[in-house]
Amino acid sequence: MVSTAEDMASVASTHDSAVKLAVRDVAIRYGSTTAISGITLEVKENEIFGIIGPANAGKTSFLKALNRMNDFNSEMSVDGEILFEGTNIRDVRNVYALRNRIGVVFPLPVGLPLTVYENVAFVPRLRGITDKAELDVIVERCLTRAALWDEVKDRLDSLGSLLSGGQQQRLTIARALSQEPELLMLDEFSIAVDPVTTMRIEDVLKELKPEMSIILVTNLVQQARRLADRTAFFLDGECVEIGATEDLFNGQVKDSRTTDYIEGRFG
Amino acid sequence: MASTGIVENQFIETELNVSAKRTENLFRILFMLMAGLLILPVLIILTTLIVKGSSMISFEFLFSNPTNGMTAGGIFPALLGTVWLVGVALIISVPVGVAAAVYLSEYAPDNWFTRAINLAIINLAGVPSIVHALFGVGAFVIFFGFGTSILAASMTLAVMTLPVVIVATRESLQAVPHAFREACWNMGATRWQTIRRVVLPNSVSGILTGVILEVSRTTGETAPIMFTGAAFFIPVLPESVFDQTMALSLHLFVVATQVPNVPDALPYGVALVLISMVLLMNSASIALRMHLRGKKKW
Repeated sequence: MVSTAEDMASVASTHDSAVKLAVRDVAIRYGSTTAISGITLEVKENEIFGIIGPANAGKTSFLKALNRMNDFNSEMSVDGEILFEGTNIRDVRNVYALRNRIGVVFPLPVGLPLTVYENVAFVPRLRGITDKAELDVIVERCLTRAALWDEVKDRLDSLGSLLSGGQQQRLTIARALSQEPELLMLDEFSIAVDPVTTMRIEDVLKELKPEMSIILVTNLVQQARRLADRTAFFLDGECVEIGATEDLFNGQVKDSRTTDYIEGRFG
Repeated sequence: MASTGIVENQFIETELNVSAKRTENLFRILFMLMAGLLILPVLIILTTLIVKGSSMISFEFLFSNPTNGMTAGGIFPALLGTVWLVGVALIISVPVGVAAAVYLSEYAPDNWFTRAINLAIINLAGVPSIVHALFGVGAFVIFFGFGTSILAASMTLAVMTLPVVIVATRESLQAVPHAFREACWNMGATRWQTIRRVVLPNSVSGILTGVILEVSRTTGETAPIMFTGAAFFIPVLPESVFDQTMALSLHLFVVATQVPNVPDALPYGVALVLISMVLLMNSASIALRMHLRGKKKW
């Protein structure tokens, strides 16, 4: 965890290969309104990094900045440095390739109005894969890993956007996996999903951890406790605290507001 | 008993209630009458045309040339000419209109340039058709040197109907939820990849509806074509877009007002054919919309 100026300087000079994503002093503004400021954190390889915090803490804005979705919103400006594998994403010319390496799962599931098959084959097709057999393999693998294959294998030709909410959310994850992402960002994925599906997706995430970094934004503190290796607590656009999840939940905190939030005294 | 009395008292009509009810009924009937009036002109026009014109309709009438100074014979050159004019106008206006709408809906940032384009579209839609006609003469007939021809007339029609295509297309593009676009962008798709694979396939029904409505409007237009490419009387069929042609709408105007000794039923027959074409196209548009709307996608 980066906490002092010296630490930050050392990170800047030598890129630690175990660090997937380094964020330094990032501030996001919409026009004259500041959404978040002074965010400094690192996400390591093969870890699940939890972000908890009440509504309006700036969690979603933060995720948007990480894959430069702010390019689509002229109101939204991002200051500070975001290093993806040591490269400042602002300097990335091929922003499509950057987004391609980062999978995103939204709060509300978005099954594209294509067939289940084409939802998952979307990104492989963009990459120029046209061979049906090759696509078949990718689609089956991604759907299996997202714990959805058994439910949809007989209706791959039905519309993905008409699946149930829980199925659509797993479809979204399968689609993200088809990107073979190095970083997977989930924004309150369980908000529109039943508890059983939520647990299945949580199991999926644990299985994915050895292969990628995962940022898990959640409004369920217990979900962060179950999954995250380290957790950051966002409040009113600031990062109050970052620590090993176990420590935070055991009361080893630097700021008492963290414990207050975890124990449900506000938010 | 006493309590029932109180309850009943609460619901006794006061004078205010009575007058409110009376006004309510008055306005309901007034509004209904106004709405009902809409059916009247349609009914009158259709019945008149069918009663007075249907005797004219025959295979002969539709597929032969006018004879005896347009007082007898058929309307084939005019019918075919209308198909030519509308077809060429479509070939020009649909690609331009759809492309412009895609830009405005999917690419355009909110700046003065975009606002200027939107303003231009609104103004273009409000230009009277006779002004379009004179613009067509100046621009296409004279400046571009197309002469009075199908091409010049169709381009005039295309310019005039462009706003319809643009607005219909833009609305059907906007009807595709924004979340789909965001999902595609997040996966690293470019705007065009998103448009081609997700947005356009899901807005094609609305675009087609707009196009058909444009066709039905174009079919009936007279002013924009009468100076630019439609002729009073040509006994030969057009062979290329640089020829002049007859057109149904102008032909109706001619036989109804410009030619002496026309049998009474003839203009009605022409009008009936013209309105049937338009109604047919409108019904096709409605049928298509209902068919495609039936397939729920999200």
